[in-house]
Amino acid sequence: MIRARRIAIFYVAVVTALSVVFLMTPLVVTVIVSFANSTVFTLPPPDWSFRWYERMAARAGLIPSLLLSLQIAAISTAISLVAGTLCAIATVRGRFPGRDAIATFVVSPLMMPGLVVGVAMLQFLRELGLRDAYTSLLIAHIVITMPYVMRTVMASLSLFDFSLIDAARTLGCSYPRALRKVMVPVLAPAFLTSGLFAFLASLDNYPISIFFTDPRTKTLPIQMLQFLEEQPDPSIAAMSACLILLTIGVLFVGDRLVGLRRLADF
Amino acid sequence: MIAAIRRLDPLAWLAVPATAYLAFAFALPLGLLLIKSVWTADGFTLASYVKFFSDPFSWRVLTNTLKIAFLITLVTLFLGYPVAFALALSRGWLQVMLLVAMILPLSIGAVVKAFSWQIVLRRDGVVNRFLEWIGLIDEPVRFLFTETGLVLGAANIFLPFMVLPIYSVVRLIDPRLSEAAATLGAGPVYGFLRITAILSLPGVVAGIAFVFSLSISMYVIPSLLIGDRYQLLATLTGRSFLFLRNETLGATVAVILLIIAIAVVMVSSYLSNRLRPAR
Repeated sequence: MIRARRIAIFYVAVVTALSVVFLMTPLVVTVIVSFANSTVFTLPPPDWSFRWYERMAARAGLIPSLLLSLQIAAISTAISLVAGTLCAIATVRGRFPGRDAIATFVVSPLMMPGLVVGVAMLQFLRELGLRDAYTSLLIAHIVITMPYVMRTVMASLSLFDFSLIDAARTLGCSYPRALRKVMVPVLAPAFLTSGLFAFLASLDNYPISIFFTDPRTKTLPIQMLQFLEEQPDPSIAAMSACLILLTIGVLFVGDRLVGLRRLADF
Repeated sequence: MIAAIRRLDPLAWLAVPATAYLAFAFALPLGLLLIKSVWTADGFTLASYVKFFSDPFSWRVLTNTLKIAFLITLVTLFLGYPVAFALALSRGWLQVMLLVAMILPLSIGAVVKAFSWQIVLRRDGVVNRFLEWIGLIDEPVRFLFTETGLVLGAANIFLPFMVLPIYSVVRLIDPRLSEAAATLGAGPVYGFLRITAILSLPGVVAGIAFVFSLSISMYVIPSLLIGDRYQLLATLTGRSFLFLRNETLGATVAVILLIIAIAVVMVSSYLSNRLRPAR
């Protein structure tokens, strides 16, 4: 019996160690290549340098697409946080027919092939006569971000004990004050987690955005893939390394605020 | 009608903005795509589907897509299931490290990761160097632009989507249940199979559904790791619209992909309802 346990633990440890190495490999490789002083991607690099960071900063089109992506991600996440939270409250607290269907429906874009959604929206918006890339991108990215907010806030609300609000009111809190003092602190982690993942999903989206870009309006992943196809040099790795650094910073802040374990709640 | 609306829970109104928005911007376009694929100027027709399915190339694309998605799901399940347990059972800094290893890759874009797999899988890349170093191969093996490379890269990118749903179920399993089983004389293997494994199934179903639907719809990863000569349903859709300008073909393939994705969602939600313990 002890032996079976030991074998199980050994097996879990080996597979986990392998998986961690497997998951970290692309990140480590990218960072190393970005500091290499060679045009080809040789590992380990013959010499170190910052030249790819300089080249990255000089590449035309990078900064505008980064700013565009951040802007679209921020606006769509904000809108989704409001509408998604309201919808989550309605489906968890409300007593009306079809709330399970609504819950499934609002989360469903997450499971649909992005490219298909993109094609459908492209044809639809074209028929409506909307040709502005920025507006189209925004409309599409709200669809991308909404399910993340809905799913996480819904899960967190369904664990929330609503009688606490009544308790607070019995103890003399007004209703808005009871909401602010009891419900908001409980929901804050879900807000932060879902907002973070919604933001990252929007920042990373390629298959939907590709249908709504024009030569002047390109989001970051599209611009990066274009760089890769036109002239693949380690300045892409430098950009990637910057994004990795940014994400580590965001995760660090997230850990301080809500704890990593909450972030892993899927 | 008005009385029915009056009787409705006022909280229902809070669901209106999100639902109405998605109905308009998401469901309506998908519905129109479906309808337009069978409804042309001449009325109802399945011609585009007949044409698609009578072409052996289409069948190859379809079977490639399903095969690759199946393989990716298998690899991630094989690796992810033990990792989910390690994550649930570990404590302290070890758990923090494992969580970072799961979440950090999750938050880095597919373009960035697919690009680094291009570097890893090259002839003189890390994988080939390592295999040569441990003496498994004598000369470099081609990984880039092969199915193996694609499955390896995609499995790497989707692994957290398998681990995290299983983890969130496993960590809620009451450890006293296994102890009770052991007290009652169940061996560890029997106890695991009859209790822990069964209780973890909802997480496994969720993970498989996630990874499978991500795998059939991936676009950036195959275009960087396997190239244009190997087509999948999603890459074929993208190519038909963006390069070939063949919108009829693109719409047909898109609808087929959509139907597979909906089937995955329906099967997985049916299974997870069946598996949910009675309360």
